[in-house]
Amino acid sequence: MNQPARQSRPSLSHWIRFFLSRGAFALLVSLISAFFALPMLWLLLTPFNARGTLAVEIPAQPTLANFQRVFANAFAMHALVNSAILGLGGMLLVTLVATLAAYSLARTDVPGRDLFVYGLILFSSVVTGTAAMVPIFMMIFYLGLIDTHLAVILVCTGGLLPTATFIMRDFIEGLPRSYEESALVSGATPWQMFRDVVLPLVRPGMMVVAIWAFVNVWGTFLIPFILLRSPQNMPATVAIYSFYTEAGTPIITLTSAYSLLFGLPVLFLYLFVNWRYGFRFFGGIKR
Amino acid sequence: MTRESLVLSRRTGFLFLLPALFFVGVFIIFPFVWVFWLSFTNQTLTGVTAVEPQFVGLANYLRLFNLESWMDRGEFGNALVISAQFVFGSALIGQVGLGLLIAWAFHNRKGAVRETVYTLIILAWIVPDVVVAFTWMAFLDRDAGTLNAVLGLLNLPRVDWLIEHPVLSIILYNTWRGTAFSMLLFSSALASIPPSYMETAEVAGASAWQKFKDIVFPLIRNHVLTDVILITLWTFNTFTPFLITGGGPAYKSELVSIHTFRIAFQYFEFGRGGAIAVTMMLVNLVLALIYLSVLRRQEVRR
Repeated sequence: MNQPARQSRPSLSHWIRFFLSRGAFALLVSLISAFFALPMLWLLLTPFNARGTLAVEIPAQPTLANFQRVFANAFAMHALVNSAILGLGGMLLVTLVATLAAYSLARTDVPGRDLFVYGLILFSSVVTGTAAMVPIFMMIFYLGLIDTHLAVILVCTGGLLPTATFIMRDFIEGLPRSYEESALVSGATPWQMFRDVVLPLVRPGMMVVAIWAFVNVWGTFLIPFILLRSPQNMPATVAIYSFYTEAGTPIITLTSAYSLLFGLPVLFLYLFVNWRYGFRFFGGIKR
Repeated sequence: MTRESLVLSRRTGFLFLLPALFFVGVFIIFPFVWVFWLSFTNQTLTGVTAVEPQFVGLANYLRLFNLESWMDRGEFGNALVISAQFVFGSALIGQVGLGLLIAWAFHNRKGAVRETVYTLIILAWIVPDVVVAFTWMAFLDRDAGTLNAVLGLLNLPRVDWLIEHPVLSIILYNTWRGTAFSMLLFSSALASIPPSYMETAEVAGASAWQKFKDIVFPLIRNHVLTDVILITLWTFNTFTPFLITGGGPAYKSELVSIHTFRIAFQYFEFGRGGAIAVTMMLVNLVLALIYLSVLRRQEVRR
């Protein structure tokens, strides 16, 4: 911050500059806040409005009726269950495989380790998004796994694994080796040492990776949209596009309440991580 | 144990690595190799070419880069141009530029204002794609949308954003969606600059712009470079604008990612889709190699 008052004799031009920069800052903050807050207003207000439209309106009589309709909709609720199955499956697999791999990368000198890390960074950023889905779809098609939850879980795991491994490796490299060494000296097998000494130590890191993986699979649209076929297998991200009237317009009341319901777990998990571990910023995290 | 750093033997270490090697091999390396093969065939999902795809050489690529028609609506060249506009607008100016501006504006500030602004921006980043897509469709709607309501308050004319300015719409959307990453990266980079540097500059009477240009930017240049490459890579590959405009109207907002999706998963032409996917991955490869060389340079410097 500018602090002209600290100088012995603040001149007039200093004061003008001070107020101008204050004014510019206030204007910038207002514009940025408006830009980031305005699109969210709709999501916060419309679910509680019995006559929800695309407009932002403060509901005259706030109601939970829209949520009751969602809860009464068997298809919508089943889609949330599907999302949870995919999210939990992906979470377990990513966390387990990434922890094992990260431990190996941090604590051994497997030949070609550096090459593996280099290749992982390179190819995980190259084989991504819609482009990657072209060969992956054909592969899943030939494996006969189209329209299965397993396919979605495996493909999501493949995509999230590199980043998860790097987060875990950074975490493990920050731990002292002495516990592991003394376990081995006292005659524990590598697996016993991993299970009884390492796992309890890396649990915070695993929790962060697990939540990150869950949130990612929970929110993924493209992979289930391409790999799944039947309505009863669809997760909420795809199912949300079926709340349309016969005329083809979305049923706003249902869609908005469902959106909010679907977004809440992500919000709670974020707040949980923030409160429990502090929001640590990892270089490579997104999607 | 020969070296202090070894806890596990090589054999055990390899066993621990095995599941990850399986996933990386099957879901990253194999698709990368196979898509090259696909792009030289006329593979489809139904019909004769589904069972016995034929080798067609460079036919798919020649069609993609047929200079007479590739700038037509819905063709590959057109999608490349739209993607370039999208990356320039929402990645470089949007996410990187705005992220840097916000991080710089709040540098060395604490308190409720900063917390509120940061929370709003992070919120836009963590909410799932489909939820965000619906709120943005409502935000940009011609008749009821919040953006037009605000313009109305300012006595400005209503705009049918998604129809008249589809590319600008998805640029605004993607800026809103992803600025948090750059902002957080730059905030931590700025926080690592020793305060004494700034104090010296202040005593010397440097303006905010001079401080930024001569002291701050040289110190965080590598962070900016890293951020630019990562954001460009992610923005080039993102598919979510499809949820807002569907690539339309009349292919006017059809990014390369959406173009790939249409050819492969709506037309089921996997040979042609494969050729587009290969081209996308080669662009990604160039960006990733630049990224790795920046990382390596940083490590050498340390």
